[in-house]
Amino acid sequence: MTTADAKAGFGRDIVVYICILVLAAIQFVIAYQNMDPATMFTWMLIVACIEAALGLLFFMHLSENRGLLWFVVIFAVFALLAMQYGWTDSFRIAHGAPWAK
Amino acid sequence: MSQVEITMGAHSPGLMEKPAFSVPAKKMAMWLFIIADTATFAACLVAYGFTRNATPNWPRPFHSITNVALMTFILVTSSLTMLFGVRSAKEGDKDGALRWTLITAALGIVFALLHIREWLALIDEGMTLFKNPWGSGLFGASFFSITGLHLTHVTGGVVALIAVGLRYKGGRYNADDIEILGLYWHFVDLVWMFVVPLVYLLNLSH
Repeated sequence: MTTADAKAGFGRDIVVYICILVLAAIQFVIAYQNMDPATMFTWMLIVACIEAALGLLFFMHLSENRGLLWFVVIFAVFALLAMQYGWTDSFRIAHGAPWAK
Repeated sequence: MSQVEITMGAHSPGLMEKPAFSVPAKKMAMWLFIIADTATFAACLVAYGFTRNATPNWPRPFHSITNVALMTFILVTSSLTMLFGVRSAKEGDKDGALRWTLITAALGIVFALLHIREWLALIDEGMTLFKNPWGSGLFGASFFSITGLHLTHVTGGVVALIAVGLRYKGGRYNADDIEILGLYWHFVDLVWMFVVPLVYLLNLSH
C-alpha cells in the first residue's frame, strides 16, 4: 500500500463515517416527526438500508470485489425476503382478513 | 516416490483450485458466518415486527433518545477505529494495529456498559421478560432478546478484539486475521443500525 493510497483510503473512510453518522441522525429526526407508524417505519428502514449499504461497500470493502458482493447480496436478500411471508398474518390478527374490503 | 510426496504433489500450485471470489478461506468463512448471522438477526427482527404489529397495546417506554444516540455514536466510531486498525495492520505497523484494535475494544466496552445501564433502568421501572407496567408483556421478551443477542455479539467481539490484537502483536496472527475480525465488528455495527429504529425509535413516547 503506497502512502497516496493510504491517504486516499483514510479520507474515504472519514467521509463514509460522517455520512453514516448523518444518516443515523436522520433516523432520530424521523422518530420525532408527526407521521403514521407505517410511514415512519418505511422511512427508517430505507435510511437503515442506505447505512448498511455504505458499511458493506466501504467499511467491509465489498466494493472492491464484485463477485463476492453479488454472492453476499443475493444470499442475504433472498434470506431477508423469504422471511417477509408472515407479515400479512400479523395484519389478520390485528384487523381481521387483510385487504378484505 | 513416497506416499507423502504423492500427497503433497496433489497440492502443487498448478493443481490447486483457486479460492472462491479470490478471497482466502478464513475470510470466506467469516462472510458465510455473516450471511448466516444476518438471517438470525433478520428472523428476530421480523418476529419482533410481527408481534408488535399484531399487539394493540404495545408499550412505548422510551422517553429520551440520549442514551441510544450516544450508543450509536460510539458503535459507529468504533467501526472507524477498527478500519484504522486494519489499515495499520496492512501497512505492517504492529503497534498502531494493536493500539487501534484496543481502542475499538474499549469503545465496545463503553457501548456494553451503556447498554447494561439502560437495561437496569428498565428493570428498575418494573420491566421483566414477561411483564411491564406499560402494556403487552411481549415487549420485554422481544426487547431483551434482540438487544441481548446484539450485546452478546458485542461482548464476543470485544474479547476477540483483545485476543487477536495481542496475538497479532506477538506474531502469532497476521494482518488478514485483523481484517477478518474487522468484518465481524462492522457487521455488529450494521445490525445496530436496524435495531435502533425498530426497537428504540418506533417505541418513543411522544
